[in-house]
Amino acid sequence: MEISLTVNGVSKTVDIADENTPLLWVVRDTLDLKGTKFGCGKAACGACTLHVDGEAVRSCSYPVKFADGKEVTTIEGLGDRENPHPVQQAWIEEIVPQCGYCQPGFMMATAALLNKVPKPTDEDIDKNIINVCRCGTYYRMRKAIYKAAKLQAEKVINESKEA
Amino acid sequence: MKLKPIYTFLALTVVGFLFALANTPKISAYEILEKQSKNTQNSNDDYDKMMDVLTHQRCMNCHPSDDIPKQGDASHPHHFGMARGEDDHGFEATSCNTCHQSQNNLNSGVPGAPHWALAPASMAWEGLTRAQIAERLLDKSMNGNRSHQELIEHMTEDDLVLWAWEPGVDADGEPRTIPPVSKEEFKKAVENWFADGAIIPSK
Ligand code: FES
Ligand code: FES
Repeated sequence: MEISLTVNGVSKTVDIADENTPLLWVVRDTLDLKGTKFGCGKAACGACTLHVDGEAVRSCSYPVKFADGKEVTTIEGLGDRENPHPVQQAWIEEIVPQCGYCQPGFMMATAALLNKVPKPTDEDIDKNIINVCRCGTYYRMRKAIYKAAKLQAEKVINESKEA
Repeated sequence: MKLKPIYTFLALTVVGFLFALANTPKISAYEILEKQSKNTQNSNDDYDKMMDVLTHQRCMNCHPSDDIPKQGDASHPHHFGMARGEDDHGFEATSCNTCHQSQNNLNSGVPGAPHWALAPASMAWEGLTRAQIAERLLDKSMNGNRSHQELIEHMTEDDLVLWAWEPGVDADGEPRTIPPVSKEEFKKAVENWFADGAIIPSK
């Protein structure tokens, strides 16, 4: 089955034998984007979180057929070294990762949260950021989420000044 | 000789009454009572079947009274602190649809069906008796202003309701249990119970 989707702003068509193949498999193995991680395969840990049409989705539990015609954003498309997303910048500044394995999922979940709730409270974070980090970096992540919210707000102000 | 109209009227009434008596079906009071109680019995059976389904965990897990969805046959609170949220779909960035899609996922064991969400808070059934559930179901101020006909359609045609009979597999790949009444029997029971007046038995 041919699936056409936009991945990080680029149109892609993939030919997949089983339309129920998890989107995560396609992103990692077919499109060779290894930033999104496999943790549990049961929509429990959040390591595989990416965005489909702007919404956070656990891609290990998302059949690729549902992504047909949609926009997928992975951690690679969130920002890059020269132009990091506020969430990535905050993560660097707070030196959040330990082993790093869970971090792309957390960053994608955080980016989705800031799109919906630009100034999240502790309660908003507790409700929405429910991924699992086995290294226990939760404390630094919380600090980074607040920093990311601040950086994003500044970015919005600067952009509106430039415009 | 001219009859007064009143006498004509009385005579016609008496004739009509005798005629009606002669044509009354030959049925005893006992037979009428027995027929009524048979109808009531049928209606109660339909009600019981319907309630066996509505109170099964496949249905009840998403009709919580504490805004927390339940999971599994033991109806434990949904993992990860998921809850109703503002719109019955969880929270802003982590909603039901972050994990649940429009069909069961047989790879991950995550269940899914169209418009996957909690039943609205007004349809909280957890902890209620069968009669209280039925009262709530029929109450238009609680049921989304649904008429009997609309309730029948909702209960016998909605994909999310009927998911109870195709609930997929759990995280260990084991099939989920299904309600103790078959889908077809349930549909029939719902239709019959409403056709008999949707009477809630007083037990
Ligand atoms: S790998 Fe998808 S949630 Fe764990
Ligand atoms: S940093 Fe190691 S699992 Fe989260």
